Amino acid sequence: MSDHEHAAGGAHVMPVKVLLGVWAALIVLTVVTVWSAQYDLGRIDLVVAMGIATVKATLVALYFMHLRYDKGFHTVVILGALLFVALFVSMSLLDRAAYQPEIDARTVDLKAR
Amino acid sequence: MTIAEPSTPVQHEAEHGDHPPFIAHHFEDANHQFESGKLGMWIFLVTEILFFSGMFCAYAVYRSMHPEIFSYAAQFLDSKLGGINTVVLICSSLTAAWSVRCAQLGQRKGLILTLALTIIGAFGFLGIKYVEYSHKFHDGLLPGKYYQVQSESVADVGLAPSVTGAEGDAATTEADSGAAGAHAAVEDEHAGSHAPAEGPEPDNVKIFFGIYFAMTGVHGLHVIIGIGVYIWLLFRAIRGDFRPDYYGPVDFTALYWHLVDLIWIFLFPLLYLIH
Amino acid sequence: MSTTQTSVAVGAEVEPDYLACSKGWKSWLFTLDHKRIGVMYLIAISASFFLGGLFALGIRLELFHPGEDFVDADGYNQLFTLHGAVMVFLFIIPGIPAALGNFVLPLMLGAKDVAFPRMNLASFWLWMFGAVFFVAVLASGGLDTGWTFYTPYSVEAQTAVIAAATGAFILGFSSIFTGINFIVTIHKMRPVGMTWFRMPLFLWGMYATAIIQVLATPVLGITLLLLVFERLTGAGIFDPNNGGDPILYQHFFWFYSHPAVYIMILPAMAIVSELVSVFSRKPIFGYKMIAYSSVAIALLGFLVWGHHMFTSGESKVAAAIFSALTFSVSIPSAIKVFNWLATMYKGSISLATPMLYALAFIFLFLIGGLTGLFLGTLSTDVHLHDTYFVVAHFHYVMVGGTLFAFLGGLHYWWPKMFGRMYSEKGAAISCLVAFAGFNIAFFPMFPLGAKGMPRRYWYYLEQDFISYHQLATVGTVLLGFGLLGIVIVLLRSLKSGEKAPANPWGGATMEWDAASPPIHHNFHHTPPVHDPYRFDDLRRDPATGNYSRTDAAEPVSSH
Repeated sequence: MSDHEHAAGGAHVMPVKVLLGVWAALIVLTVVTVWSAQYDLGRIDLVVAMGIATVKATLVALYFMHLRYDKGFHTVVILGALLFVALFVSMSLLDRAAYQPEIDARTVDLKAR
Repeated sequence: MTIAEPSTPVQHEAEHGDHPPFIAHHFEDANHQFESGKLGMWIFLVTEILFFSGMFCAYAVYRSMHPEIFSYAAQFLDSKLGGINTVVLICSSLTAAWSVRCAQLGQRKGLILTLALTIIGAFGFLGIKYVEYSHKFHDGLLPGKYYQVQSESVADVGLAPSVTGAEGDAATTEADSGAAGAHAAVEDEHAGSHAPAEGPEPDNVKIFFGIYFAMTGVHGLHVIIGIGVYIWLLFRAIRGDFRPDYYGPVDFTALYWHLVDLIWIFLFPLLYLIH
Repeated sequence: MSTTQTSVAVGAEVEPDYLACSKGWKSWLFTLDHKRIGVMYLIAISASFFLGGLFALGIRLELFHPGEDFVDADGYNQLFTLHGAVMVFLFIIPGIPAALGNFVLPLMLGAKDVAFPRMNLASFWLWMFGAVFFVAVLASGGLDTGWTFYTPYSVEAQTAVIAAATGAFILGFSSIFTGINFIVTIHKMRPVGMTWFRMPLFLWGMYATAIIQVLATPVLGITLLLLVFERLTGAGIFDPNNGGDPILYQHFFWFYSHPAVYIMILPAMAIVSELVSVFSRKPIFGYKMIAYSSVAIALLGFLVWGHHMFTSGESKVAAAIFSALTFSVSIPSAIKVFNWLATMYKGSISLATPMLYALAFIFLFLIGGLTGLFLGTLSTDVHLHDTYFVVAHFHYVMVGGTLFAFLGGLHYWWPKMFGRMYSEKGAAISCLVAFAGFNIAFFPMFPLGAKGMPRRYWYYLEQDFISYHQLATVGTVLLGFGLLGIVIVLLRSLKSGEKAPANPWGGATMEWDAASPPIHHNFHHTPPVHDPYRFDDLRRDPATGNYSRTDAAEPVSSH
């Protein structure tokens, strides 16, 4: 990375090449998402779409947001946040089926009135 | 976002009298101030992620329990406009990242240009969003009690066993409203913008539009806030506030802007690209 | 409290203190000084506490006798809702961090201010703005949903739910700003030589609190936003009448509100860690374990939210998991209690008023914490859920815990904040009256709940419950007198109290190196960093009452 410039205070300056490269990759991946959505991939549909989105998000975070060259602690902060999101969503999902029959019955009930 | 704004020194003290004006009195030097601001911004992004996570959670719960609502309702979203908006936001994210580079290297003209382009991209995103929203409003594809669309297929079939397996008779109650014909015409008019709905309408399609408007609405609000901050940055850049040893606000706002982009990167396939 | 502005700078300080350095209401409302913001918060939350206390008194007076005495059923619903909402959102959550924390945290770091003074002021203004919404609620039909805003009732209720939810949403922002500020301040403003494990434990507690504020509060924000959205449009996210999921609302709400319980208690524990050590003249026992346990409580606090939902339709799997996880929180809590006791063991304990509060805290928190285990146990909770047992439990933790620690911290730092000593006798008596009143008020609620008295009921069976209810009401009035005594003692000190020396208690943390009250920039020079729990090199000067370090005292580093 000897060609990387540094700003005052030692902050990392992202080369234009990297910026444009990441941008191009993001555009290509967007096209891939839209293209792949035309085909019914069944169950892996969501996995593919989320996989591509995650790759895109990682690119943005690593390069546009400088995480790759930034303090490691900032990465820890963000990964920690995602861990808590995962906890929140997964525990809520775990519980979702328990009362859904009652809610569906309620929907039917209300329509019958 | 004003966290690292240079503050007017209240008192000049002997030991800190050599502070440049952009460093607040309680920081030791420019780097100390920058690093503090940056950590603050990352932690703020944590709160943003957790804030959006609530809606992603609601999305996950309803999609997993009622996939039929999502695959039915997503057909009414215009994936072309959504895709274009994704590209617009990515471009805007690029110029935001570039503006940080310009600020770091002291390229004032480049900074002004990239900031302006970022703002233009943001307005472009909102413009397209406006077009989408106005279609939804026109078609009655709205949350909750404002949802008032009957797809012609439901009205024509006249009998719709609900997908949840219950013996609901959605079609008869909905056909009673008497507006089916008018809405069918609306559907035809906009047939070019989305595929016609297939199969009977499941119960509670309005929930999808509740989630859709909540997610895109809150995201749009973040875009609007971003525009406000970027206009302020542009003003300051033109005034010549930023220099290689003071560009924190540009950097921190770009981080926020990238996060707004990140959220959209997930929203797009989740809302628009559902089978 | 406006008299504080006129108090004179202490001792031989040439530079005026932070109270006197500038005058006029603008110099307060637009100040960036963390100390003034802390004092404004103190006044604001005290006013809220007074308001919430009036509602509590209303509840207890109504329950003194079964049947309609002062308010009808709807009025009673409003009383307990407003009591809960005001106390939780306006008092306990901002209480210790925003008032005492704001004042003390930068001083303990030898810093001039928090990292983001403007954000700090914004936090206070947001608090005021949120409070305005709560006032609007009072003026426009009140609120009767309970402070938890459970759906579907909160979607249907005819009261000012939207205004209250908006207010709580804004107060959440205020809390987040405080949290971000404290995390960055502790990370970036520590002086040279103060490593993480040389920080006073108060800062560890504040740090752990800030983690929760940052991770949990945004979820409350989105929950309330979606609730307002649901009310306005019938979106069907939380309302079963529109195909929505009311239990999902509870998941959302408790993902914030259970960790928020630790926003309330962690700062209290942080204060007690300071008090126990200073007033036992002994280094804190198990420093690292106390520090780690704060962070552990903060993180484990996120794993137990489902224990609020055992009887509300949560799945059996989730209930079992959450019940098991709930017990894990007791481990770090117990670690703290044992370490405080070990610190006091063979210490030379001085029963100054702050220490009385610390002892009261340990006693009351122990009862509150242990009864929490009954409620975390799935099988007993099914019986005790929504009874007065729960009311007693969380009042022992929130009032017996947080309020008493808050008062302890207030008495401890009062001389630092306002430069005056209060009447030790009056303060101690008030403390004991409040302690007695609290126990008389809330202990009867344990048997009352175990016997089956449900919470949030305005009516009860006379022969079974009346004696408990009457005892509780008498206790509440006594508690009120105790609190009134505290206010009188503290306010009197501002007028006629002795001038406080810089270090009246012999604390070893850095805020005691500043003048009492501190100057605008806190310190003329950043003081050297000492071990925060080493007391043997501090000597009391009998003439001034001030503790100062002997020449033999060696800083861990000089700046």
